[in-house]
Amino acid sequence: MNGFFDIPSDLQHSWPGLIGLHVREALLPVAAGLLLALPLAQLCVRLRWLYAPVLGVTTVLYAIPSLAFFVVLIDYTGQTELTVMIPLAVYSLVVLVPAIVDAVRSVPQETLAAATAMGFGPVRRYLQVQLPIAAPAVIAGLRVATASSISLVSVGALIGNQGALGNLLAAAQKYDRPELAVNSVLTTAALAILCDALLVLLRRVLTPWMPRGSGGGPRAAAAASQRPEAEVAAR
Amino acid sequence: MNVLTFVDAFFSDSAHWHGYDGIPQRLLEHVQYTLLALALAAAIGLPAGLLTGHTGRGGNAIAFIATAARALPSFGLLVLIVVTLGFGLLPVMIPLVVLAVPPILVTTYEAVRSVDPAPVDAARGMGMHESRILFQVELPVALPLILSGLRSAAIQIVSTATIAAYVSLGGLGRYIVDGLYQRDYEKVVGGATLVALLALATIAVFWAAGRLAVSPGVRRHRT
Repeated sequence: MNGFFDIPSDLQHSWPGLIGLHVREALLPVAAGLLLALPLAQLCVRLRWLYAPVLGVTTVLYAIPSLAFFVVLIDYTGQTELTVMIPLAVYSLVVLVPAIVDAVRSVPQETLAAATAMGFGPVRRYLQVQLPIAAPAVIAGLRVATASSISLVSVGALIGNQGALGNLLAAAQKYDRPELAVNSVLTTAALAILCDALLVLLRRVLTPWMPRGSGGGPRAAAAASQRPEAEVAAR
Repeated sequence: MNVLTFVDAFFSDSAHWHGYDGIPQRLLEHVQYTLLALALAAAIGLPAGLLTGHTGRGGNAIAFIATAARALPSFGLLVLIVVTLGFGLLPVMIPLVVLAVPPILVTTYEAVRSVDPAPVDAARGMGMHESRILFQVELPVALPLILSGLRSAAIQIVSTATIAAYVSLGGLGRYIVDGLYQRDYEKVVGGATLVALLALATIAVFWAAGRLAVSPGVRRHRT
């Protein structure tokens, strides 16, 4: 296709530059979400009564459309990358908290008792027993969060060129060049699949005891795709 | 607080309650888009999930389809289809269906596959036909999980159907997109509040559906 990689100069980035920007805008929020989700989830495991209200709040936050979230934030953070990244971090948090809570809770009692009997304190038990056993479910949650984050960055194009690869969509309409939209969708999708593959690889490295080829398939994905709403009504 | 004042101003303005741009009309449009997209996604995801879950085959294919569908950006897909095919309802439905199929497909597959094998074997031993095993044994037991998959899909559609406004259709996204271009934050916040409320109503509907449709025996077993 003619001019497929011919990026209009008003985007101020080359094609690889847009990819780099997209990766940063999508993955930093997921990392931030994970850093916040780990202590919050642990708190929910410790204090059982806290879980239901936390899920309620996160469910409402999750239901707010990304575009509305961006527009409201413009008032506080301006038309910057931060405006795009804050909502994405919130969505990641919402996906990750129930995934981590359920995973940590599902660690068998005997395993915990064995760790305690071996003289593990609570911190060491959490870091060396609970977290590694929960790793596949946490990574399943990360896969969902990463895919949706990469997809949602594009919406940032609507608040003034903050959508990285999504800006190509706006340019495609402005200059009537559909090939730019094709470029945007294909590159975004390829990016999402690549990140997903890397997370699957990471799970294999982190959990060498799991059978190859089975654990992270649909089962883990199903566990993660049961978003917090699923949990709210199940209780 | 800032945002709350906007919400109050939006809902107390009587101009927002009548006519083609009134809340009832926009809400109705939004619900229509949601139901249509959910029905289409369920028509694809449910049979495929039930069949693969029952036979236990095709798990890798399901995982692959789900990953690929999740990787496609909804907004990008919408713009791409609009610039190639033009405006209309179809360009909105395709991204919404692509968005909703993975949760329905994966959860249905997993729900049917994780049914306790003992009752399934018993049913087979009693001479039940495979289709009766699927619909009278596996489906009732798997129903709570299947409903949770449908609910995830429905909530994502409710939240994402706002993009319909970007391609000149109606729905609650109208307030958000118009508000963005008119620099009218009251409208944006009002629209977002309505979408969030609709999502909560969706959760309530599915909770009620679970109460009605899930057999009491299965429900007691789960809790």
